[in-house]
Amino acid sequence: MSGEPRPLHSRRDDPQALAAGVRRGDLRTIARLITFAERDEAAVAQVMPLLQPHTGRAHIVGITGAPGCGKSTLVDQVIAIARAATLRVGVVAVDPSSPFTRGAILADRLRMQRHSTDTGTFIRSLASRDELGGLSAATWDTVRILDAAGYDVILIETVGAGQLETDIVAGAHTVVVVAVPGLGDSIQAIKAGLMEIADIFVVNMADRPDAAQVVNDLRDMLRLNPDHPTWEIPILTTVATVGAGLPELWAAIERHRANLRESGAWAGRLKNQARAELLKSLDRQWHHHVQERVAASGSLARLAEEVASKRLDTHSAATLLWEELGWKQR
Amino acid sequence: MSDPIIRVVVAKPGMDGHDRGAKIIARAFRDAGMEVIYTGIFQTPEQIVSAVIQEDADVLGLSILSGAHVHYAQEISRLLREQGADDVLFVMGGTISKADRPRLNELGVAAVFGPGARTGDVVKFVRDWAAEHRAA
Amino acid sequence: METKVTSATGKDGRDTDAAVEAIAQAHEEWRRAVLQASLQRFSRRKPGFATLSGIPINDLYTPADLGHQDFARDIGFPGQYPYTRGVHATMYRSRLWTIRQVAGFGSAEDTNQRYKYLLAHGETGLSTDFDLPTLLGRDSDHLLAMAEVGKIGVAIDTLRDAHILWDGIPLGEVSTSMTITSPAFVLTAMYEATAAAQGVSADRVTGTAQADILKEYTAQNEYIYPPEPSVRLVVDLMEYCARRLPRFNPVSVSGYHIREAGATAAQELAFTLADGYTYAKAAVDRGLDVDALPPRISFFFDVHIDFFEEIAKLRAARRIWARMMREKLGARDPRSWMLRMHCQTAGVSLTAQQVENNIVRTTVEALAAVLGGTQSLHTNSMDEAFQIPSEKAIKIAVRTQQILAHETGAADVVDPLAGSYYVESLTNRIEEEAWSLMNEIERRGGMVACIEAGFIQKQIANSAADFQRAVEAGEQTIVGMNAYVEEESGELSDDLFFQVDPATTERQIARLRQVRAERRGADVSRALSELKQAAKNGRNIMPSVTDAVTAYATIGEICDVLREVFGEYKALSIF
Repeated sequence: MSGEPRPLHSRRDDPQALAAGVRRGDLRTIARLITFAERDEAAVAQVMPLLQPHTGRAHIVGITGAPGCGKSTLVDQVIAIARAATLRVGVVAVDPSSPFTRGAILADRLRMQRHSTDTGTFIRSLASRDELGGLSAATWDTVRILDAAGYDVILIETVGAGQLETDIVAGAHTVVVVAVPGLGDSIQAIKAGLMEIADIFVVNMADRPDAAQVVNDLRDMLRLNPDHPTWEIPILTTVATVGAGLPELWAAIERHRANLRESGAWAGRLKNQARAELLKSLDRQWHHHVQERVAASGSLARLAEEVASKRLDTHSAATLLWEELGWKQR
Repeated sequence: MSDPIIRVVVAKPGMDGHDRGAKIIARAFRDAGMEVIYTGIFQTPEQIVSAVIQEDADVLGLSILSGAHVHYAQEISRLLREQGADDVLFVMGGTISKADRPRLNELGVAAVFGPGARTGDVVKFVRDWAAEHRAA
Repeated sequence: METKVTSATGKDGRDTDAAVEAIAQAHEEWRRAVLQASLQRFSRRKPGFATLSGIPINDLYTPADLGHQDFARDIGFPGQYPYTRGVHATMYRSRLWTIRQVAGFGSAEDTNQRYKYLLAHGETGLSTDFDLPTLLGRDSDHLLAMAEVGKIGVAIDTLRDAHILWDGIPLGEVSTSMTITSPAFVLTAMYEATAAAQGVSADRVTGTAQADILKEYTAQNEYIYPPEPSVRLVVDLMEYCARRLPRFNPVSVSGYHIREAGATAAQELAFTLADGYTYAKAAVDRGLDVDALPPRISFFFDVHIDFFEEIAKLRAARRIWARMMREKLGARDPRSWMLRMHCQTAGVSLTAQQVENNIVRTTVEALAAVLGGTQSLHTNSMDEAFQIPSEKAIKIAVRTQQILAHETGAADVVDPLAGSYYVESLTNRIEEEAWSLMNEIERRGGMVACIEAGFIQKQIANSAADFQRAVEAGEQTIVGMNAYVEEESGELSDDLFFQVDPATTERQIARLRQVRAERRGADVSRALSELKQAAKNGRNIMPSVTDAVTAYATIGEICDVLREVFGEYKALSIF
C-alpha cells in the first residue's frame, strides 16, 4: 500500500470516463471529481458540460445558522427521514479554513457518520479555503455532480456567519435558517442577512427555557418584513438530538418544494443562482487576470518604493499602475 | 497553482474513547495547512473506509489506545483494498508496542507513531509522502 | 450563588502587617545587594520558571508571599476543618495508606489470579479495570466489541463472571474499587450479589464504584446516555447505597482522567470538585439529607511529575471541598466536609523509551501523593505506557510504595511540608485558580450546561495542545524522549513481556452464550420490563437492576433497556 503514485492530476483522466463514472454512481469517481472542482482543475471545465444535461432533478436544500446551533445534528436527522422515504441524499458540509494556515478541521461529518456506510447517502466536507479560490463554485459544482449522479435531495450545510456562506445557500431551492435560544446573538445574525433568504425558520434546542422567546422574536421580525406572495414562512421548533420536530421540518421542506413547483419559482431559483455564480466567476477570473498583469509588469515594487519614500500617495500610485497596465480610468 | 491541499481522515475505531492524541494530531495537521476530516470515536472499519472514499482523502490516520490495533489494521486494509482505495497513506498512532510494528507494516500501515512521537515528525512524514506521490 | 474566592489574604492586625512589610523590604534589599551581584556571575538557567501547569515560580518564597494567611482558618490541624493538613489527626502514624493497584485483563479467571498475586505481595486493597465492552455496557459478542474483549481490563457480561472475578476475595474485609462509570449501577448490583453469595451481609460490604459520569463527557468518552439522565443514575446509586450498603462508596469523583486528557492542576481540581458538587447538590435536591451522602463521596486524583505542585494541589483539594460542603451546601456533619482520596501516579508522564526510567518517575510522584496526604495509592508499573503490566513490573510498583512507607520516614510525621513558604503559596494559588474556574462554571449555568456547551472540553483541549507544543519546542524536557535520547531496539526483555491470551474472546463469548441458554428467560424479561418502568417513571432503578442481575440478565441487556428510555449521547466536536 501507499507505494503507487496517485493520479491526482486531471490530465490522465478522460472527461468522458469521469462523466460516465458519475452517472453510474461510482463513489470514487464522484469523490475525485469533487476534489478537482475544489482545485478548479481543467478537467472540471471539460466534464461539467457533459453532466449539465443530467442536472436539475434534485431538490437542493440549504441549511444555515450560527456555529453551535446544531445544524449537523439536524442534517443527520433529515438524512434519516429522507432515507426512510427511499430518497437518495447528498450532503455538502462547508466549514471555514484557517486564514493563516489554510488548514481546517472538518467535523460536521462526525454527526452524520451513522449514514457513512449507507449506499444511498453521500457526504462530502468542503473547507472554505481562501475566498477567491471559489468556494461558491466548488460547492455548486459539487451539488451538480451529486445531482447528475442521481441523488434526490442535496443538503448544503454552511455556517451562517459571513456574506460568503450566505450567498452559497441563497441559491438553494429551499433555505432553512436555524436559530437557538441562549446564543444571544443568533437573532442579530439572522437580522444581518439571513432574514431575506429564509424559506423556513427552525428554532433548535427548543427544550431550553427561552425557546418561546426566540420564536416570538422571529415572528415579530417576520411581521416587519413583506410577505412572500405564495409562501408563508413557517417557524418550527426542534430538538435535533432526540429527533423531536423533525417530521414537521421534513414536511415543511417537502411542502416548499411542491410550492416552488406549482408557483413556477423552481426554475427561477436556479436562474438567480446561475446569475450570481456567473458574476462571481467573472470576478474571480478578472482578479487572477489583474494579478498576473501586475506581476508581469514589474511596476508594483517600483511604485511601492515611491509610496514608501513619500514621493507618491497610494491613490496616485494606484492610478498610475492602472494606466500603465493599459486600462482607462473609470 | 499552489500545492494541492492534503486531505486527512482522522478516526478512532472501536470502543476506545481516549481522544487526546487524535485531537492533538488533528490540530497539528490543520496547523500544517491540511484539511482534516474528523470522524470521531466509536467507528467501525466500514464507516472509516467510507469516509476515506467519499472525502477523497489522501491520508488515513488511526488513533488506537485499546490494544486492538492489529485487528483494525487488518480489517481496514482489507476494505481499502476491496474498494480500490489502497493508494491512500495509512498511518497509525497510539499505545502500540514496537513488537507489533512489523506486523502492522505487513498489513499496509506505512508508519506507526507510538507514545512520545512528535507531531512535527508525523506532519513531516505525511508531507514528504505527498511531495513524492503527487509529483506526477 | 457566587462563592467568594477565599484565599489567605484576610487582615488580622497591625503587628502582622508590620512584620510582613519588614520581610518584604528585606527581600527587596537582598535582591538589590546580593541577588543582582550573583546574577552578574551566574545568570538564570532560563528566562522564566513555571510549574508543569504554567504557574510562574519566583526565585524563592518568604512569609511575605503568604500575606496575611490565617493559620487557624487556612492551615490548622489535621482531622479538623478545613482539613488542609489531612483528614485524620494521626495520618500515617496510625495507619498507612492503602496500597491499591488496579488490575484487570482477559477473563475473570485471569484477573482473579492477578488479585491473588497482588495480595500475596503485600497489596492491601483491590481495584478493577474493566474492558471496553463492559465499560460501555455492551456484551462481549456485540459488533464493536469483538476486538476489545479482555484487552484493557477484565470482561464481565453476567453475574457468573462476577462470581469468578471475586472468588476467594472476602468482600466484607478487602475493600475493592471498580473503575467503571456509566454501568457502575450494574457492577454494584453484581458486587452486592457476589458478596451475598459469600455470606457477607449488605451492611458489611465495603468497596467503591467510580460512577463519576461527568468526567466522561469532558475527558474519557466512556459514556452511554446524555448527561442529565446519567446524573440521575448516579444519584439513584448514591441513594440506594446510603440505604442498603452503608459502607460502600457509590461514587469516586475523578480528576485523574481529566488531568490525563491534558488539564492543568487547577483545572483538574476545579472540574473534579465541580463534578462532585453537582452530585451532592443533585442528591440534596432529590430530598436526601445534606449529611447522608457527602461522607460517602470519595475522590480520585492524578499525581503528576511536578513534585511541589502536586502536593499543593492535594492540600488545596481538601480545603476547597471542606469549604464547599460546609459553606455552600450547608453540610453540618464534619464527615461531610472531609475529602478522602485515592491517587494514581501519572500515566501520561511515563515514556515508552528507556522504560526503567518510569520507576523513578513513579517513585517521585508516589512520594508527592504521600506528602499530599492520600488515603490510598496506585503506583504505575514501568511498562504501563504501552501494555497491561507484567508481573515483574507490577511487583516493583508495589515495592516502591512499601519502601516509601517503611524506609524513608515520609510516613512518620503529619503534613511535613506545611509552613513551607513555597508550598503554602502554591496551595493558595491553586485554590484561587480553582475557585475562579468553578465560579465561571456556575455563571455559565453549572457543570451539565458547561459540558453541553463544550466549555470544559475546549479548556482541556487547549491545555493539552499547549503542553504538546512545549514538549516539541523542547521547553519541557522529558528524559529519554526529547533529551538524552538513545537508540533502542524496542524489544522488551522477556520478563517484561505481557500478552492477553488470544483465546479470551472466544471463551468469553462461549460462556456468555451458555449463561443465556441456561437462565430462566421469563425472569429476565420480567426484571427488564420492571427496570424500564422504573427508568420511565423516575423511580430508583436499583432494586430492579438487582433483580435483573440476579436473574442473569447481561450487562448489554440492562444497558440497552436504558438506551431505549434515555437515548445515547453523541459527543461534541471540540478541538
